[in-house]
Amino acid sequence: MSISPSVQATPEARELSVIFNRADRIFRRIVTAGALTSLILLGLIGTFLFVRSAQIFNDRGLKFITGSNWTAGSGDGIIPDDFSIGPMLTGTILVSVIALVISMPLAIGGALFVEFYATPKVRKVLTTLLDLAAAIPSLIFGIWGVVFFSSYGERWSDLLNSRFGWLPFIKVQNEVFGRSPFVAGCVLASLITPIITSVSREVFSRTPRDLVDTCYALGGTRWGAIKTVVLPFGKSGVIGGAMLGLGRALGETVAVYLLLNIVFRYNFRILESEGGNIASLIALKFGEATEYELKALVAAGFVLFLLTLVVNMVAASIVERSTRRR
Amino acid sequence: MSTMIVPTERANVAPEPTTPWRPTRKNKSISSIVFLISVVLSAAIVLLTGLAGIDGFGLALFAVFMAATIVRSFRLNQKNRKDAFVGVLIASAAVLAFFPWMSILASVILKGVRGLQPNFLVENMQFTTPDDELNMGGAAHAIIGSMLMVSIAAAITLPLGILSGVYLTEIRGRLTFLVRFVVQSMSGVPSIVAGLFIYTTFVNYTDAFSGMAGALALAVLMLPTVARTAEEVLKLVPDDLRSASYALGARQWRTSLMVVLPTVRSGLMTAAILGVARVIGETAPLLLTSLSNNSFVFNPLGGPIGSLPTYVFGLLQIGTENSINRAWTGSLVLMIVVLILFTTARYIGGKDKR
Repeated sequence: MSISPSVQATPEARELSVIFNRADRIFRRIVTAGALTSLILLGLIGTFLFVRSAQIFNDRGLKFITGSNWTAGSGDGIIPDDFSIGPMLTGTILVSVIALVISMPLAIGGALFVEFYATPKVRKVLTTLLDLAAAIPSLIFGIWGVVFFSSYGERWSDLLNSRFGWLPFIKVQNEVFGRSPFVAGCVLASLITPIITSVSREVFSRTPRDLVDTCYALGGTRWGAIKTVVLPFGKSGVIGGAMLGLGRALGETVAVYLLLNIVFRYNFRILESEGGNIASLIALKFGEATEYELKALVAAGFVLFLLTLVVNMVAASIVERSTRRR
Repeated sequence: MSTMIVPTERANVAPEPTTPWRPTRKNKSISSIVFLISVVLSAAIVLLTGLAGIDGFGLALFAVFMAATIVRSFRLNQKNRKDAFVGVLIASAAVLAFFPWMSILASVILKGVRGLQPNFLVENMQFTTPDDELNMGGAAHAIIGSMLMVSIAAAITLPLGILSGVYLTEIRGRLTFLVRFVVQSMSGVPSIVAGLFIYTTFVNYTDAFSGMAGALALAVLMLPTVARTAEEVLKLVPDDLRSASYALGARQWRTSLMVVLPTVRSGLMTAAILGVARVIGETAPLLLTSLSNNSFVFNPLGGPIGSLPTYVFGLLQIGTENSINRAWTGSLVLMIVVLILFTTARYIGGKDKR
């Protein structure tokens, strides 16, 4: 048997065994300490928010989550303090879900277009634009929403109401269509679409090229290749991207504050001009809050922190898993 | 001895890939003609019927082009008909996905440029009310405040971010996975929660709202971005470089500090710049930590301080014509800053990667 010269095996790289001396150990300790700051910081955020608001959770228990009033007491005990975040919590979820429902198809379509329909030159431009869009402050989305988008939002709401008014969550009680969860959700959707598109595009671009080409070679169409190869391959990444977008939407303050009437009442009719979310509640009440009310706001912040942390941890683990393998 | 087929040099050369499924030039020109006709048709629809505005035009264009595509695809088999149909859907989704952002860019530039006069960049609002004419007063105090806070935040975050990048790529200790995971999920902490955290700690202990408090809140938000970018950049350093350094007898600390880090100097700059771009427009945390101010403040511990985002936010609340115009101009400045930071980061970052 002869071994042909072209299959000569390269020797395995030798395992490096490093002996650390004292300088090395000090260096490693310093770096480790630095790296642990983010860990400690996250712990501190949770701890401090909880400690500062423990009194609220202690006083009000589960009613803090489920109740629907936010009334500052008169101080002399005639009108008691009554703080709870029920409508804000459901409002947070409602607005974010609206945003997610609107932005998901757009983001997936956008990502597919950039990756598989655009020419390489256009793709490069669009990718840069996407990264940029994800860096634009939410405040600018807010001012755009207030000044530019809200008139369109009202018109679309009017249209939706007249066509689909028989649906329970679309029906309105009074036909004032501005500053509704729907309008805020639309602006939030335009805020998170670049993020989701960006992550999805990244995942789609990792689809093995040979698989896609094989699909074409077998006579498949572009949509055939996308449906059978790209989407199954990128599914978990897209879900992770959506979760990231959801996390962003849940914690958004300024855009919601500017675009929604914050009203303390449970509201699931998306075109009614009342709603709110926890973050905008904090921004709204912070300025003239009493000491006890401040604690309640910190408690609300703690709930928001836990909510987004869970969403983001799930997102982080999904994105990590789906972008690691190549 | 068995005969063997020795692979020849020629067999190893893969043929240049061709893409016969791509549309031909003729196809393309027919498509663009159909598209142009649809544009004209939908413009006519908008002018002649009740459908109005840019959203009406978009809807009409979508309907007309979709109809044209379906009619054209009658000659194709079912598979290709579906492909054409989905193609239009995906392209429309892409247009919708990019539209808000293009609209934002256009409206910020168009509405903001009117107030972008020299006084906007040198004066403050101490003796000017928001409703005064645009040639009076300015946002210099806000720009200075923002710069002050962002620089402090960057000075705190950059070393920490680099350290955690080095930990993740060079040390690779037991906590690598945990650190990476925490950094990832920390990047999703809502900005208002960061503000609340600094409020319950720093503001409560110093008993004062200040630029320093604002800077700390921004630092909390900046750290994940810097740490992640630093890690990405350090990953690009080829392992050969480390091996060569070890082979020359260098210890790990020397390798890291004198070989690895200098190699990615510009990449680390990129990390810092991206971090700054991430937080420069953050409003919510500043509402709880640095508040706002109408005159110049240069001392980070000297009480409430102005900043661009809170300046814009405050003006929006007032809501008169001139104040909204000022807010647009503030947004324009903010946007320009972000664009500049972003392009710089791209430019510098491009240098390392070859």
